[in-house]
Amino acid sequence: MASLLLDNVTKIYRPRGKAPVEAVKRVTLDVKDGEIVALLGSSGCGKTSMLRMIAGFEDVTEGAIKIDGKEIHRLAPAERDVAMAFEGYSLYPPLKVRENIGFALLRQRGAGADIEARVKEVASLLEIGDILDRYPSLISAGQQQRTSLARALIRRAPVSLLDEPMSQLEPQLRAILRARLKDYLIAHKMTTVFVTHDQTEAVALADRIAVMEKGELQQFGTPDEIKTSPTNLFVASFIGEPPMNIFAGEVSPVSGGVAVRGFGPDGTSAFALKAPGLELDASRRVQIGIRPHLIRTGTGASDATGRVITNHWLGDQSHISFDIGGCTVVGVTDQPIAARAGDALPVGFPLRAIHLFDPETGNALAHGLDRAP
Amino acid sequence: MERVSTLERAIRTVLIVLVLVFFLFPIFWIVLMSFQNNDQILRIPPSILFEPTLANYTTLLTGKLQTTAGNLDIAFLKNLGNSLLLSTGSVILSLILGVPAAYAFARFKFRLGENIAFTLLSFRFAPPLLVLLPLSLYFKQLGLTDSYFGLIWIYQLICLPLILWIVRGYFEDVSPDIEHAYRVAGHSWWTTFRKIAIPLARPGIAAAGLLAFIFAWNNFVFALILASADKQPVTVGALAFVTASGIQYGQIAAAIVLSVMPTLLLALYAQRYLVEGLSLGAVKG
Ligand SMILES: Nc1ncnc2c1ncn2[C@@H]1O[C@H](COP(=O)(O)OP(=O)(O)OP(=O)(O)O)[C@@H](O)[C@H]1O
Ligand SMILES: [Mg+2]
Repeated sequence: MASLLLDNVTKIYRPRGKAPVEAVKRVTLDVKDGEIVALLGSSGCGKTSMLRMIAGFEDVTEGAIKIDGKEIHRLAPAERDVAMAFEGYSLYPPLKVRENIGFALLRQRGAGADIEARVKEVASLLEIGDILDRYPSLISAGQQQRTSLARALIRRAPVSLLDEPMSQLEPQLRAILRARLKDYLIAHKMTTVFVTHDQTEAVALADRIAVMEKGELQQFGTPDEIKTSPTNLFVASFIGEPPMNIFAGEVSPVSGGVAVRGFGPDGTSAFALKAPGLELDASRRVQIGIRPHLIRTGTGASDATGRVITNHWLGDQSHISFDIGGCTVVGVTDQPIAARAGDALPVGFPLRAIHLFDPETGNALAHGLDRAP
Repeated sequence: MERVSTLERAIRTVLIVLVLVFFLFPIFWIVLMSFQNNDQILRIPPSILFEPTLANYTTLLTGKLQTTAGNLDIAFLKNLGNSLLLSTGSVILSLILGVPAAYAFARFKFRLGENIAFTLLSFRFAPPLLVLLPLSLYFKQLGLTDSYFGLIWIYQLICLPLILWIVRGYFEDVSPDIEHAYRVAGHSWWTTFRKIAIPLARPGIAAAGLLAFIFAWNNFVFALILASADKQPVTVGALAFVTASGIQYGQIAAAIVLSVMPTLLLALYAQRYLVEGLSLGAVKG
């Protein structure tokens, strides 16, 4: 119901008697009206700090935050009209679950009579309808977390901030609630920023994902963009399970395209590919990234020969690790492969699987070899 | 199995009785004393059997003390009223000043904050006798000698640090995010403080208030020096029972019984908040 803009926002904590911590560094994030955005990043990278600045519990060291074009970062939290679900739940102990969820609505104009109905609605949405009359101290952590989430959702605020809203739930329930949550957010056109450590959740819920590391925004794009064209080595290796294979390598011009060579740990050539249709003036060193899911094995694959190190069937996919000229390469297939440790298998690297990065800066040079390095 | 637990229960009972006797016997003895006259109290060996008399209480309530050396006026009821006024006044004043201050010290880290908090606590370190002389000089200059206002002001120095430090700990135990959740729902800082922070710290406020009341109630030297007879609390007023014709043990005992009453009642009243504190403790944060 509103757009949200973080304009060059920096947060520096200055704990007394300790060195200052730069938790968020010049982050610019433009969230459109009704958009659902996931913040993804390792622990301590500044996700919670960003949400707390938007909500108004931490002041912005530099930069501006705007909702619908209006600067809000100097307003009191009450005047910003955002809802927030806290990482630590923060339920009010003397109130029952029902009142904890409902009190968020007390200040909302026109809510009056239908508070009860709306509490029921979000409670059944989040499967906590049966504990409404209990006290927070007497319910499980997962139930507390859903109560806290319900308290944020019931507001249908123009901007909702959800800090790890479902981290305590088991995968089955999480999958169900994820779908319901998405429907609810879309139905009420709620602009939402949520934090998660679960990539599946980010991909399933979010229109766009913001990947952060050490306080810096690494990439902000659709789940597909993040996966197929990561802007740098960090995003490439952070997204995807199992993570991308990364090797040192070299690209050099050949007639009609470029040759890509991957080096083993001893610096000798481990495998070589030819990428047609590209032009390059001189050879250069690169980091090569290869997506495990796109690696081919068996008949028709001919880029290298790999010696199988391990081969695990996980029930719906196989994780196979190969030794190729000293490099360990992990591949994923959706069929079981009859290969034992020590067997030699032909391995193929489709061009789509390959990403090239600058070894110094880590920035992407080419994705799927569809762009010139 | 059964026998062991019976034995255990017996031992436990005996121990509890011992502890209770140890703590309660003096009080029990004083209550007995308050119904005896001086001769009965001083008889050797002491006996638990005597003919109870209400004379001590009537003396206190009528304010006429009859001794062999003549009749004396004592202002026990007036003293009791003074005690109530001074203790209640100073505790209320300290709560009004101390609870918001405790909140500030718990929530906001400001320059010299820790030093200020410690300075306030250090008022409790100063030996009263050392402070008394300069204080009484100041009081003369300011015209505060022998005024309730001046006394409450001084008593408040006893109560405030106590309340500040105890309540601060309670505020620190409550996660600030509980308040944040309330504020983000559209409530002002002041409403949040009243509706969320204070109720969550209520057990601490009750405990600190009770303790401060006891400290103020039991204070002796400040009132002795800074106030004249008609403003003095029971602690000082009890000196009147040391008369020319001897110490009036019976009246002292009756006075103790009466002057313990307010504190006892307050403690009973505050108890529900203290217990509430125990049950809330499980879900802080
Ligand atoms: N009040 C504070 N004072 C000082 N440093 C802080 C404070 N709050 C957070 N930090 C630091 O700022 C950095 C970012 O913290 P933040 O809580 O935003 O991380 P996060 O991305 O939410 O992590 P997580 O995924 O573990 O929740 C961390 O290094 C943290 O130690
Ligand atoms: Mg966090």
